[in-house]
Amino acid sequence: MEIFGRPLSAMLSQLLLGLVNGSFYAILSLGLAVIFGLLNVINFAHGALFMLGAVLAWMGLEYLGVNYWVMLFAAPLIVALLGIVIERLFLKRIYKLDHLYGLLLTLGLTLVIEGVLRSFYGVSGLPYSAPEALSGATDLGFMVLPNYRAWVVLASLVVCVGTWYVIERTKLGAYLRAGTENPRLVEAFGVNVPLMVTLTYGFGVALAAFAGVLAAPVIQISPLMGQNLIIVVFAVVVIGGMGSILGSILTGLGLGIIEGFTKVFYPEASSTVVFVIMAIVLLFRPAGLFGKEK
Amino acid sequence: MKLTLKPLAIALAAATLAVSAQAQEKVKIGFITDMSSLYADVEGKWGASAIQMAIDDFGGKVLGQPIELLTADHQNKPDIAASKGREWIDTQGVTLLFGGTNSGTALASAKVAAEKKRVYINNGAGSSALTNEQCTPYTVHYAYDTVALAKGTGSAVVDSGGKSWFFLTADYAFGHALETDTATVVKAHGGQVLGTVRHPLNASDFSSFLLQAQSSKAQILGLANAGGDTINSIKAAKEFGITKSMKLAGLLVFISDIHSLGLKDTEGLLLTTSWYWDLNDDTRKFANRFFEKNKRMPTSVQAADYSATMTYLKAVQAVKTADADKVMAQMKSTKIDDFYASGMIRPDGRFVHDMYLMQVKSPAESKKPWDYYKMVAKLPGDKVFTAKADSKCALWK
Repeated sequence: MEIFGRPLSAMLSQLLLGLVNGSFYAILSLGLAVIFGLLNVINFAHGALFMLGAVLAWMGLEYLGVNYWVMLFAAPLIVALLGIVIERLFLKRIYKLDHLYGLLLTLGLTLVIEGVLRSFYGVSGLPYSAPEALSGATDLGFMVLPNYRAWVVLASLVVCVGTWYVIERTKLGAYLRAGTENPRLVEAFGVNVPLMVTLTYGFGVALAAFAGVLAAPVIQISPLMGQNLIIVVFAVVVIGGMGSILGSILTGLGLGIIEGFTKVFYPEASSTVVFVIMAIVLLFRPAGLFGKEK
Repeated sequence: MKLTLKPLAIALAAATLAVSAQAQEKVKIGFITDMSSLYADVEGKWGASAIQMAIDDFGGKVLGQPIELLTADHQNKPDIAASKGREWIDTQGVTLLFGGTNSGTALASAKVAAEKKRVYINNGAGSSALTNEQCTPYTVHYAYDTVALAKGTGSAVVDSGGKSWFFLTADYAFGHALETDTATVVKAHGGQVLGTVRHPLNASDFSSFLLQAQSSKAQILGLANAGGDTINSIKAAKEFGITKSMKLAGLLVFISDIHSLGLKDTEGLLLTTSWYWDLNDDTRKFANRFFEKNKRMPTSVQAADYSATMTYLKAVQAVKTADADKVMAQMKSTKIDDFYASGMIRPDGRFVHDMYLMQVKSPAESKKPWDYYKMVAKLPGDKVFTAKADSKCALWK
């Protein structure tokens, strides 16, 4: 059986691979959406913190002998702490200013973090193997899927759905959403909004680090690994609608799949297809697919 | 108005004179390469370090003036490479434009140098077009090129039974050149090319491309890419079990790539290189000095950076001027023989020297740090580089 002149099995395998890449997009854009929703900050440091998560995983194994599973939780925690420091030291001073200041500040942080690691480790990257339990591959008939990639999809779906549930369905989430709408009113009800904002930023960047540890065995760990990804992820957030939680998850997965198919039909365009879609979406829905017009 | 313009005009004229006078006297090397992105470990700041080593070993002075080294990062963008080169020549009086990795930037810089009549040396870029279709009287392509890589690795692999090929190609000047040159060699040796897929430069996920390669049922996967792209291709090929049904042929692999991936993932890989640190006493001597400074072994490109700088400075000293035409004539008529290579620069600007076909050692064979290659064959320079009959360069007729 063939679709557009390509065998069905090839299409199925591309669908699956697209889903794997989409999972990374989903976690990363989710973090960005959460941060933008409450802090109104366009967090350009997201890619660098994603990379930091991966580098921490490598450091844990290399210097301390700490395995993947421990680092999967430890690295996001460390990055969350760093995020809290960043928020307290820098970000909280610029909430009243234009978006541009947040963007410049976080871009500056990115350059510092990437530059420091580049001078230590170069750009070729550091080797990191998938954990023993997930190392093999499963033959699905139409393709051989490394078990680790299947785990990436599973882990990111669990994290995404969990985050969505907390924000949309729990009391804590209700506070968060109310804080987004009208921080002063929420504060009048006795909720500590500044603390909530700090923790939200910490959580958002922890998601980035989590994705980083997930990516460590897949992409060679290098100070550059966040750069390419983050531009795409920003496009994902714009397409999904700034600040929309569900929108960013669905768009992330969807665009991963579209990108996957592009790699079959016209591979040269695979790095641009996301931006073409972004332009089209912005033409017809300036607030993004799931965003609300203000 | 007239009154105010006159002194300005005089000042300008004086400044122009000063610049051109300075250009003749003082040797300035402008080195532009990828300092921060996927090729930064192949050459990058360590390339600058090698050039500086050569300047220091030369005594730091030529024509009675200190030698100056300027460096810049072209970020893999040809427009930045071209405009920086132009700026350096126009305002700084750079006498040698030293180009680095990335063929797109190299071809752009070579044009600028030719237009401004300055010596242009390149080590890091691979495109054979630099000394073929787009050759100029001022270009020297020193280290390696895609034709040599193709004839080296390509013919070795086909001759050992790898008859059917699929290419994974970086989608820009270098990748296209490497793919075309290798395909020509493969066909000439009785092999066939079953397909090709072109990926964007600096791609992060190669799994999709690799599955396409696998479904072609070709025996050999030719990696017509470099640096970070090669590293991620090899890593993903291992993960998806591609290496069980296909053999990888890394068409441009550097020691920094092997160092990053580790021997376990690269064992047995065939590659062609212009230089390896552990060839003989001379190469080891340079390598150890370089290691002292930089805490890493030099890549072939970084070794070539040292050698090319020496060659240029010796030529300037011999003709007692930095005038590009005279220096080029001197370089093209003098035999080069040092720890890096021995040979001549041809009329088309190609430095012809021996290349080496290497195989990556297994972890068990590797006895010391950076002990990665064993030599399979020494490839004579006149056999691996473009033959006169195939050259489209007007300077070599």
